[in-house]
Formats: sequence, C-alpha cells, structure tokens
Amino acid sequence: MSQVEDRVQHLHAVPEGASAQVETTEEVRVRTPEKVCGMGHRMKRKEDPRFIRGQGRYVDDVKLPGMLYMDIVRSPYAHAKILNIDPSEALATPGVLAVITGKDLQAAGNLHWMPTLMSDTQMVLPIDKVVYFAQEVCAVVATERYIAADAVEKVVVDYEPLPAVVDPFEAMKDEVIVRDDKENKTNHIWHWEAGDKEATDKVFSEAATVVKEKMHIPRIHVASIETCGMVANYDPTMGKMQLYMTTQAPHAIRTVFALVSGLPEHKIQVISPDIGGGFGGKVPVYPGYVVCAVASLVTGKPVKWIEDRSENLQADSFARDYWIEAEMAADAKGKITGLRVKTLADHGAADAAANPSKFPAGLYSICTGSYDMKAAHVEVDGVYTTKPPGGVAYRCSFRVTEAVHMVERMTDIMAHELGEDPADFRMKNFIQPDQFPYKSPTDWEYDSGNYPAALQKAMQMIDYRGLRKEQAEKRARGELMGIGISSFTEVVGAGNSRDFDILGIKMFDSAEIRIHPTGKAIARFGTKSQGQGHETTYAQIIAEELGIPASDVEVEEGDTDTAPYGLGTYASRSTPTAGAAGAMAARKIKAKARKIAAYLLEVGEDDLEWNMDRWQVKGSPDQHKTIQDIAFAAYTNHPQGMEAGLEATDYYDPPNMTFPFGSYIAVVDVDKGTGNVKVRRFVAVDDCGNIINPLVVEGQVHGGLTQGLAPALFEEIVYDENGQNLTGTFADYLVPTAVESPKWETGHTITPSPHHPLGAKGVGESPTVGAPPAIANAVVDALWHLGVRHIDIPATPERVWKALRDAGVSDD
Amino acid sequence: MSKHAITVTVNGEQVTKEVDARTLLVHFLREDLSLTGTHIGCDTTSCGACTVHLNGTAVKSCTVFAVQADGAKVETVESLAKGAELHPLQEGFWEMHGLQCGYCTPGMLMAAKELLAHNPDPTEEEIRWGISGNLCRCTGYNKIVEAVQYAAAKMRESREEAAV
Repeated sequence: MSQVEDRVQHLHAVPEGASAQVETTEEVRVRTPEKVCGMGHRMKRKEDPRFIRGQGRYVDDVKLPGMLYMDIVRSPYAHAKILNIDPSEALATPGVLAVITGKDLQAAGNLHWMPTLMSDTQMVLPIDKVVYFAQEVCAVVATERYIAADAVEKVVVDYEPLPAVVDPFEAMKDEVIVRDDKENKTNHIWHWEAGDKEATDKVFSEAATVVKEKMHIPRIHVASIETCGMVANYDPTMGKMQLYMTTQAPHAIRTVFALVSGLPEHKIQVISPDIGGGFGGKVPVYPGYVVCAVASLVTGKPVKWIEDRSENLQADSFARDYWIEAEMAADAKGKITGLRVKTLADHGAADAAANPSKFPAGLYSICTGSYDMKAAHVEVDGVYTTKPPGGVAYRCSFRVTEAVHMVERMTDIMAHELGEDPADFRMKNFIQPDQFPYKSPTDWEYDSGNYPAALQKAMQMIDYRGLRKEQAEKRARGELMGIGISSFTEVVGAGNSRDFDILGIKMFDSAEIRIHPTGKAIARFGTKSQGQGHETTYAQIIAEELGIPASDVEVEEGDTDTAPYGLGTYASRSTPTAGAAGAMAARKIKAKARKIAAYLLEVGEDDLEWNMDRWQVKGSPDQHKTIQDIAFAAYTNHPQGMEAGLEATDYYDPPNMTFPFGSYIAVVDVDKGTGNVKVRRFVAVDDCGNIINPLVVEGQVHGGLTQGLAPALFEEIVYDENGQNLTGTFADYLVPTAVESPKWETGHTITPSPHHPLGAKGVGESPTVGAPPAIANAVVDALWHLGVRHIDIPATPERVWKALRDAGVSDD
Repeated sequence: MSKHAITVTVNGEQVTKEVDARTLLVHFLREDLSLTGTHIGCDTTSCGACTVHLNGTAVKSCTVFAVQADGAKVETVESLAKGAELHPLQEGFWEMHGLQCGYCTPGMLMAAKELLAHNPDPTEEEIRWGISGNLCRCTGYNKIVEAVQYAAAKMRESREEAAV
C-alpha cells in the first residue's frame, strides 16, 4: 500500500472526538418511495415537456400587441469624444419613431448614468465620450425589427478618437484617464487585501523552498446561447411597468429600477421567463435594458430589445481578467507553509462586477484552497481600462475560479519543483478530515470536507498509478502525455446576511409554500432557474419534507408580483439558500399540520410522530393523518381558534457559506508538431454534500466541466492595441462543441454540510472552477521535463507550440 | 424593398405569405408563423439553435432567406410530437437529461433527427460529429449523446417490429 492509499484507508471512518465532523459516504440517501420522489431520486425534470416541444417561453418569444422594436447604435472606437449625434436621416425613415440619446436620458431625470452592482457608476448612454468599443451610443425605436436595424446605420455620429488603454499595467501609469468624470483622475479603482502580511512574510523568510509564477486568467465571456433582451411594456393608464427580462435576479433588478427611475416599486413587475442560460452574464443591468424601459415609457407602447451575438460578446460583462503574481512557500519536509499573491484586476471602463459590497475582489481570498498552511496574504488592485465593464462570474462564485486556478497551479509547480508526485504532494498538504470546521488563514470557516477521499476515488477511477507508468513509457519514446490534478475547494451559497449583500440588499433567499385543500401544492421561490432544474429539485425538497409527491408540487419563480423577495440565482446559491428556505417553510407547515392532526385524532401533539407523509400516534401507526388528510382539514375542519389554511413562508439566512469540493484528473496528449492538446480522459469526483437529484447533479457537473474546458483550451476575448474586440462572433470566440468536449467520467463522495437543513451544498459551478487547472496542470506536466514551467490558459496550439519551440522541441 | 409571395409547407401545413426579399427563414417561422420553438443564438451559422429541416435536410434558418423556402417543405421542432406521443428523440432528451435551459434543444433535436435519418446506428463519435454544428452551453454534451443513443435504439426497435 502506498503512502497515499495508507493515508485514506479510513475513508469512511469518523475520527473519535470530532463532534462537528460529518461522515463521508458514497451512497445517495433515498428515504421516500418513487411515488413521492423526495431527495435522492433520479427524477426526470418537470420542466422538460415544454422545452422538448419547443414550447419554452423566452423573452424573444414574447409578442405583445402594438409592440415596437429597439436597436442600438454602438461605438466603433474604444475611447473617443462624441462631437455630434445626427439622427435626422434615421428619423426620416418610414417606421422609425424615435432616436434616444444620452441627452434625452439626462433630460428625463439624469437617467444617462446608472449605478453598477459594485456601487460604481456606468453610462447608460454617453453625452461627452465613449470608453469602450461597441459601447451603446444611442437607440433607435421603430415599428419593425428590420427597420430599426436599418435606421441604426443611418444615425451619423461624429467622434474625435482618444488614445485607448488596453493593457491594465499601462492603465496603472495614469497616462490616459478612462474615467475623467470622476474627481480622482486615476485609473486605480481600489486596493484590497486579505490575510496576515507580517505572518506571511515571516513564513516566506523561513521557507526551505519558494516557487513563484506570473499568470493571466484571461478575459472570457459566458456566451449563453440565448443573448440578453427585454420586452418593456409600460401601461400609461395604470402607471405600471412590466419588464420581461433575461435576468437571473428579478427582485434585485426591480429594486434597482425603482431606485434609479423613481417609478414606485409596486408599479414595476419584472418577469424573468424561461432563460436560455445565465452563468452570471444575466446578473448585471446593461444599458440596453434601461433604454428599452425608457423607450416604452416615452412611447407608451411595448418595446422589444434583443441583442445579437456580436453585441453580446462585444459589450456585455466579461469574466476574469486577473493578472496574478503568486509565490508559494514550503518547509524542508515539503509541507506548504504560505502563499503570497499580488493581483491586478482589469475591470474595463467600470467596476461592474456583481460581488457583495464587502468583497471587491469577490471571494478570491479562498485562495489557500484545500491546503493547510500557516499564513497567506493576498492583495488585489482594481483598474480601469477602455474595455467593456465587468467582471461577472462565468459560472463561478465571485472570483473563486481565479483563486483556485492560481493555488492549483502553484501547488503543482511546487510538487514538480520538489520532485514529488503531484497526487502524493496534495495528500500530504490537504486539510485533513479531522480539522473541520477549518479556519483558513484568510478567515474562512470551511464547513466540512474530506479531500483525501475525493482524490483517492478519482485516482482509483482513472488508474492514476497506471497512467504514470504509461506516461514514463511514452516519454521514453519521445511522446508527450500529461496528467493534471486539481483538488479544489469552492465557497458558495451567499449569504449570510452579515457579510453578503448586493447594493445593500442582504443575501438571504426565500420560499413560500401553499398547500391546496386536496393536498397539492404551489411553491414560489426568490431565485430563478436558467436551466438548473429548480422546478424539479425544489419540488423534491418539499416532497422529502412533507411527503407530498414531487409531481404534485408546482414550482414558480421569476415573477416579482408573485414570488417572495429573493436575491436570485448565481454563485451556486440556490440550493444553499432558497432550497434551505423551502425545507424550512415545509417544516413550518409540518408543525401546523401536527396541531391539526392532534385535533383530528383527539390526542396530544406530543403523542404524534412524523412518518414520511403523515403524523401518526406513537406506537399505533394505524392511527394517523396523512398530509393530504390534514390539508383538507385545514380548509374544512380546522380547530376553532386556529387560522385556516396550510401555508408558510421562509426567508432563510444561512449561518455560513457551503464549501463543496472535489478532485479532478485530466489526461492530455500533446502533439509535438502542432502544439494541439487533446483531453483524452477526464475524471471528476465532486462532493456537494447530500444530493437532491443525482441526474440533475450529473448534468450540472458535465456542463460545468465543458465550461471549464473552454477557458482552459479555447476561449479568450482578445483586443487589439486600439481596443477593438477581435473575438466578436462564434467564429472567433471558440465555444467547445461535442467534438472537443471529452466524454466526462464522473463520481462523487458525499460529505454533508453540517449547517444546511438538508446537508446539501451548491454544485453547479464546482466543475467550471475545478476543471481549468486540471487541464493546465496536465499540459505543463506533459512538458515539464523539457523545462516548461507554466503556460497561460487558454493553452492554444499556438501557445503550446511556442513553448515547445522555446524548449527546442518543435521546429520553426 | 421588394415583396415576394411564397408558399411553404410548414409542418405539413401549406402557407402562403408575402415576405421581404431579405426576410430570414428563422424570422418568417418565428414572427410570421409564431413558431417560436426555433431559436436564434448567433446570426452567423455557428450555434445551430435555429436548425430546421428544409426538404428533409437540416439547415440553419438564420442564414436561409424565406424566399429560398418557396415551394419547399419545412419542418421545425413543433413537428416532432404527434399529439401526446413524443418523438423518440424528444423522449430520449427527457429520459437522459439531454437538456437544461432548453434553448439549444430544438436545434439539437432537428440536427439529431437528420443524423439518425442517414445513420440509424451511429457510434458515439459519429453522434458527436453529427451535432458538432450545434452549441450547448449547459449540458457538456454527455447526456445529449446518450439521448441520441436512446432514440436511435428505440427507432431501430420500432423498425424491426414493423418489419416482423
């Protein structure tokens, strides 16, 4: 037995005296029969019948009588003064009703600027100058989509080009000021630190080995297949504004719209219908949304605005763009002792990230990852450049991806530098199961974890030792094969409300359950699925708690007139927050049901015990009332003095984040001639605590893995020196197809969250966070013996080929 | 802008409409016929969300003019189910969790339908190539492949039963 296997032989054992510790298992717990379909069932999704028939209803499917169409004139320059906007030719076109400019918005009540979700400001439409390529300059409203598109070409805008500043390091010199609207004439937005600098410096001064690397986590785009859009429908008679909108956070958006526009909040209804993928890109408010709403206000008619793909890729919020300089220290025994990180965060023309207020760099300070170390210190500086504002998440919890990529790359570099196997090195340095709850050097309290178990399982699934032998044989023959590991820790499920907010709105989430007299139910939530399957998994949670079949529970989200207030779906927060709220609301219902059952059975409440779907008399299970019996009684025969009905609402404020984790192993073959990287195998073992629907979890993991593969090998938003976007279509911005995406091999361990009511954790983003470093580590692992120490992602054939050429392998 | 009267058989029903020369087939289907199951994802023939069948061949309707469909048969996702009875591909996508947000799904179904028409027993690699003109951002493709395999098996079975 190797050192590694020895270390984890007691995979499932709970060490004595570790009271807060939870056990790790592999079997998905199922407590309800298939008819009820509670947690653990592979239930087919309830939302699918409409999608497979083409009957989903997305924003662009909304068609209202008399609806007008809006299209947007965009800047051809990254940085330019606006000298004049001449809309006369456009306005003379039959069918064109209005051209809306920044000056119009200013006259309408200073609506030409809006707050970003980071309390920065961003132009809705500019008056003086543009600060990024494809920036919204003015909008055309017409009777038909094609006429609006034609009229865009007829608006004449005179620009005086200004120098662009594309490189964030250049921007820090303040030679070209992006935001001269601000009092401080500097591009430096903020400086942020976490951890203990002094302790970290001390650890480094005492280190036996220090490794250092610079890396860029490039600018990428979520590129959901549905672009962004809106149908704004202002009813002047009732003074009500209805906004069908591609948004992941309808309630927060309603409040922002109310605060910015001055419209009373009860007269704003945000409807987020079916959403064709979000991934963080549909959290922010883009200028197009605001102008579309204004266009409906001005015309008194419904107005539709739908981006095309180029607008989406060129102007909507990007993700990542972190320039990192990291150092890792280890002692003489090869134990990691510290991490020191400096980062420049390129935010483009506004800090339009969607992070909680206290966290301008998001949860980047989770960067010590899965490793137990004495000290860490991390610094981030935000900077403006003349590029579109951001950055959003791209399927990750507030900058966790950047943190995980850095620490997993550094861990691999350290392992290679010390001549240790990367798996053994990780096992040696993991936070061990008996250390949970674990306080990290940057002050996170990890709720639960069993990192050796997940890595061990991944190694078994892929035959890690066998692969290392194969690699040695191939290397002897001159072939390039790499094996890369990533043992990530995620931090998802914001809030708690002490620490997490969006523009001051606390990050709780909500559920409201109403049981109808016949025992069926409707449940509404403050989140909003964009494909995650909430209509199914939330119904399963209620089925688990109340025994009402999941098929009898209708789940609704996304209409602010009916759903309870919530912060929306992003950062893998739905199950940790709204899912928990669903369980808690069900428990409130269960408590009332007990009173009704006691009344009906003429026994005391204490004489009753809950059994799956019923309250039964202890020791006499034949005497019982099912939840359906009780629901009927709640409306027909409830005790005198008790309120009728059976419903409950819960606003759940989680005590802590959840910390899902996993170990991924990638096997790549590198073509020496072309530099092409092929992912031959990829094993992913995830641990998201208790699993609500294994089918849905598998789907989430597969999808996240492809979105992890994407930035590792293909996707990057590229600008030229003038700030022109060179990747504005899907012909240039390379989203992986089924051919590039390997057959994902997945497994799981189950280490429940000790604080979540269902023991569950978020999962949708873990694979996007965990996959890129596994692939990047595999690519470098294939080339390490040639002297290659690092390759930035995406590891394109060109980049890999250049590294091979520099190592003297490939010819020019 | 010149107008043209076109007659197209869409999902078995003949329709005659006047369209602009430049009207795209996808807009004709979505706007003029209210068949909103066909989606638009990229405008550049890259993503496949708008895939429909034109005389039995899968095409990306965002780069076909409506006038090019004059006299042709067009089938969209709405043609797949016969009343309550789902097409084996629809069944496969539901059974195997071959969709998440559902936006790419109609195009995937129509691309897969063409694949199976030409190749009733495709290998996994053939399926991956067969749907390589269609982008999905949610599923990572594993379960789409399984959904197509499910449908292929089911369609082969019913053909064998019919032959007996």
